[in-house]
Amino acid sequence: MASNTLAGLDALDLDVAPRGTRRLAERAWAGLWPKVLAVALVIVVWELIHLTGWKKYVLPGPGITLTNLWDQAGTGLLWHAIRDTLQRAVVGFAVAVLIGVLVGALVSRIRPLRAAVGSLITGLQTMPSIAWFPFAIILFGPNPSAILFVIVLGAAPSIANGLITGVDYTPPLLLKAGTLMGLRRVSLYRYLILPASLPAFVAGLKQGWAFAWRSLMAGELLVQMFNQPGLGTLLNTDQSQTDMASAIAVMIVILIIGIVVDSLFGRADRAIRTRWGLTQ
Amino acid sequence: MSTAITEAPAAVTLAGVSKVFGRGRAAVHALDEISLTTAPGEFTCIIGASGCGKSTLLSLVAGLDEPTAGQISVGGRVALMFQEPGLFPWLTAAGNVELALRARGADRAERKRRAAELLEVVNLREFAGKRPHELSGGMRQRVALARALAQDADVLLMDEPFGALDAMTRDLLHDELDRICSGRNLTVLFVTHNVREAVRLGDRVVLLSSRPGRVIADYPVPIQRPRRIDSAPVAELASTITDRLREEVSRHGK
Repeated sequence: MASNTLAGLDALDLDVAPRGTRRLAERAWAGLWPKVLAVALVIVVWELIHLTGWKKYVLPGPGITLTNLWDQAGTGLLWHAIRDTLQRAVVGFAVAVLIGVLVGALVSRIRPLRAAVGSLITGLQTMPSIAWFPFAIILFGPNPSAILFVIVLGAAPSIANGLITGVDYTPPLLLKAGTLMGLRRVSLYRYLILPASLPAFVAGLKQGWAFAWRSLMAGELLVQMFNQPGLGTLLNTDQSQTDMASAIAVMIVILIIGIVVDSLFGRADRAIRTRWGLTQ
Repeated sequence: MSTAITEAPAAVTLAGVSKVFGRGRAAVHALDEISLTTAPGEFTCIIGASGCGKSTLLSLVAGLDEPTAGQISVGGRVALMFQEPGLFPWLTAAGNVELALRARGADRAERKRRAAELLEVVNLREFAGKRPHELSGGMRQRVALARALAQDADVLLMDEPFGALDAMTRDLLHDELDRICSGRNLTVLFVTHNVREAVRLGDRVVLLSSRPGRVIADYPVPIQRPRRIDSAPVAELASTITDRLREEVSRHGK
């Protein structure tokens, strides 16, 4: 019968390439060893520079620095700093997401508003956030509010732009299909435009996070808050005490946090791509 | 399905429909005074060479665009299928069908039940949980068909829906479409540039001229179903229509 032929054709049509049969441990190792090698390489080069004696009074070798990091990890100060910094980052980023989504949704929807502030958003995005600090510190005083203000200004434009791009790039064919189905206004937004703009939105979030994290570090360096020291505050203290080993140790922590969070966004991005069939 | 018999006739009527894009010298007359009436449950194929405004015609009937002149009346709801399946990549096959049901106001339980039913109709029940990228071109087009059927349309507009498929798949989908239409009182407007496909499927084949699009011939297809695209009667009528189409196209070469 025809339906049998059809079923046969369906079976032939489907992908028969074997799926990833490697074991989890194997895959984890395949992803891990290049990273381990890269870190080892950096340490070796660093050690070699240290051995040449270049700037030897101010530049410690990896041994001293990593020991310093280990020692700092044993004290509460570093962990408190990490906690306070992450808290500020999360709060600032959350506010930025709220504002970014709100602005992005309005601007992508309302034509005159886009004409008015569309390029302003991109302009804000290109403005180095550190340039906002004098303004913020005068406005709020040297306290966490000033930092929060700059984080939001740094991150929200990227998030809004991500959403606007996603909405703009919703394929017209899908919009047509949705409209003909009877999806209107709110339901069109909720069931079609928002899911369709998810990949661009996540890219915007990722970029927004990068801006937020930079703004936060700059803020903690500039705005002294000795009662609630963040990682930036520790760096500032190390600088004033010319404690290079501690400074590099804190920098390593900052770097690691950045990489970890970035990889979380990367993971979300990959999950969406796999779901949509955009991966090779 | 048999309840539709007592309902008001669902059909498409076009009366002197024209569509002009642009203005002044740059104006393009896509359609020129098209008049066409289809009976409820009739399968009408519309063919023509490039530039005959086939797709424009369907957009007008679907209400996606307004005619420059003339009247269009459609009895009942309209669903449209394109050459591309136009499925939502973030939803599974079932999810795509369910969204159409949701737009019709169906509750959760009904959505689940109807989506399973409709995927069964297009022989894709076991692929309900797959996403569009995991399906072949023909399967995607069947999901699109199930989604169109989910809209409970009285009139199904199809814009070269099998144009991008290989001959074998297309052949089988013709059989499927025949089977599905025979069980429902579905009025179909099927646009294609494949004359044999039109004769294979249609109760009637309407030939449009190019630039501007006008109805130049209207062939009834008195061939018994089930039909085969390679059968002698289909080939015979197709070659008659192709001759007429060539005549029309060569007019533009002068």
